[in-house]
Amino acid sequence: MTASPAEVQVTVSERPELRLIAAVAKKEIADAVRSKWFWLWAGAFAVLAAILASSALPGSQVAGFGSFGRTAASLVALAQIIIPLMGLTLGAYSLAGQRETGALRFLLSHPISRTEAFWGTYIGLATALFATVFGGFGVAGVIAAAQGGGADAASFVRIAILSWLLAIAMLGIGLLISTFTASGSSAIGTSIFVWLGLVFLGDLGVMGTAVATKMPVSALFISAVFNPVEAFRLAALTAFDGSLDVLGPAGQYAVDSFGESLDVLLIAVVAVWVVAPVSVAWWRFSKGGDV
Amino acid sequence: MITISDLTKRYGKTAVVDDFNLSIAEGESVALWGPNGAGKTTVVRCLLGLVSYEGTITVNGADARSSGKTVRSQMGYVPQELSFYDDMRVVDLLDYSAALRRIGPDRVDEVTETVGLTPHTSKKVRELSGGLKQRLGIASALLPDPPILLLDEPTSNLDARARDQAIGILEGLRHEGRTLVVTSHHIEEVGMLVDRVVAMEEGRITVECDPTDLAEQLGLRAWLHLILENGSAAKALDVLQVGGFEAKRNSRGVLVEVSAQGKGEAIAALQHAGITIEDLEVWR
Repeated sequence: MTASPAEVQVTVSERPELRLIAAVAKKEIADAVRSKWFWLWAGAFAVLAAILASSALPGSQVAGFGSFGRTAASLVALAQIIIPLMGLTLGAYSLAGQRETGALRFLLSHPISRTEAFWGTYIGLATALFATVFGGFGVAGVIAAAQGGGADAASFVRIAILSWLLAIAMLGIGLLISTFTASGSSAIGTSIFVWLGLVFLGDLGVMGTAVATKMPVSALFISAVFNPVEAFRLAALTAFDGSLDVLGPAGQYAVDSFGESLDVLLIAVVAVWVVAPVSVAWWRFSKGGDV
Repeated sequence: MITISDLTKRYGKTAVVDDFNLSIAEGESVALWGPNGAGKTTVVRCLLGLVSYEGTITVNGADARSSGKTVRSQMGYVPQELSFYDDMRVVDLLDYSAALRRIGPDRVDEVTETVGLTPHTSKKVRELSGGLKQRLGIASALLPDPPILLLDEPTSNLDARARDQAIGILEGLRHEGRTLVVTSHHIEEVGMLVDRVVAMEEGRITVECDPTDLAEQLGLRAWLHLILENGSAAKALDVLQVGGFEAKRNSRGVLVEVSAQGKGEAIAALQHAGITIEDLEVWR
């Protein structure tokens, strides 16, 4: 039954192999489908999106948006609250939870590198988030279309894509938290604290600081885009008419300073938030700490 | 086959494995024996590259640090307790493990048959008893038909029956000529499964010996629980105490403290005095 050592022909590549990344990703997707949390998030997002889409009454005019636009504008507000929490908690619990239960040790006892395990986990979770985000936007889109929208469909799709980018940016931050924390519960706790910081305190903090220190509008704008949630919101709002006038002086400053390239700048900021945290998380995880 | 040189693992300033050296030959079966915290599980984790360490580990010439995938492809690992992937079905977990090793589904059927898991493949992991979970761990480790098996306290969480079954499976694997590295703190288990025992304490090797010599080498003592025919306990106590044994009454029999190799002396003393021993147990 057993090959004798003389017969053992070891032909394992030490380089990252796509098939191993795919095997881990597939398992993460299957885990997400089995998880009640996944369905809870997906369900909550879809239901709230449906409610927002239904309440965007046909024929009403909000800042000149059509039916799709009105729904999308509402969804931006929903997405900037729910999606960060979804991405952060999912990412934070993944590695920390597996480390706590011994599943990570079991996985890494196989002939798989940490790089393959990490990117497999990330791709699997990013795919699960794709399904959640586009499921929610899909439900809302169908309702908006039924109400006679259509002119702003492109903006709607763009916001859905930006929402997914926000989700995977948060997933990256969550994974980074996961590399610092020993248990699933502390990872979740930390991720909720970060979520509060990004979604509420960041916004209020910038506003408060701006008032207290009479911050110049340029600094106010830069402070805003340092927060990935704010960067997403600004990028999403430019989808409607390419203007950030609704944001007041900072928005006006952004339009005046960056003009046509504002759109590209904001998407680039979101992209940096997608790439940077997950890259640092990968570096930390793959450098070989104890599991 | 496996060479561990100057292995040291520190957590902060504390060395949990300290200047550990060991060579294990092909087909040899070795136990890392010691109390909790002796460092035996850490040695296994170093072999698997799960923790950082100082020193060198090579497996068939491949360095465990720089060629981790190559080294792990030659090993099957059975964790102490399979307490994860609770919502996965047995067959899905094995398929996942097989996918990570580029192994086809036929082999999954084969190993589930080998370890007696075939009737349980559609159950979720959480539905398995401790003994069945241990078999699942063994099945996963056997998927690549590895020349080396690492078993971390393979029976520590099992009841007596499941333990006997697990030991039966492991004895079979040993006789197939695989190299086994077993961590354990059960002397009896070690005696059944390995050719050589490496006793550890505070991260260092204290004794290396044949398993039958371990208790004596370590000066370990045991209690013999002798069940005697009715009415002979008082006489047995006298005989043993006169013979220099430390002994005391225990329900229908006596408890007598003996050295690892001295059990026969106590039994012979009682038989010489005409006392019938109906049954006995060894307590450590």
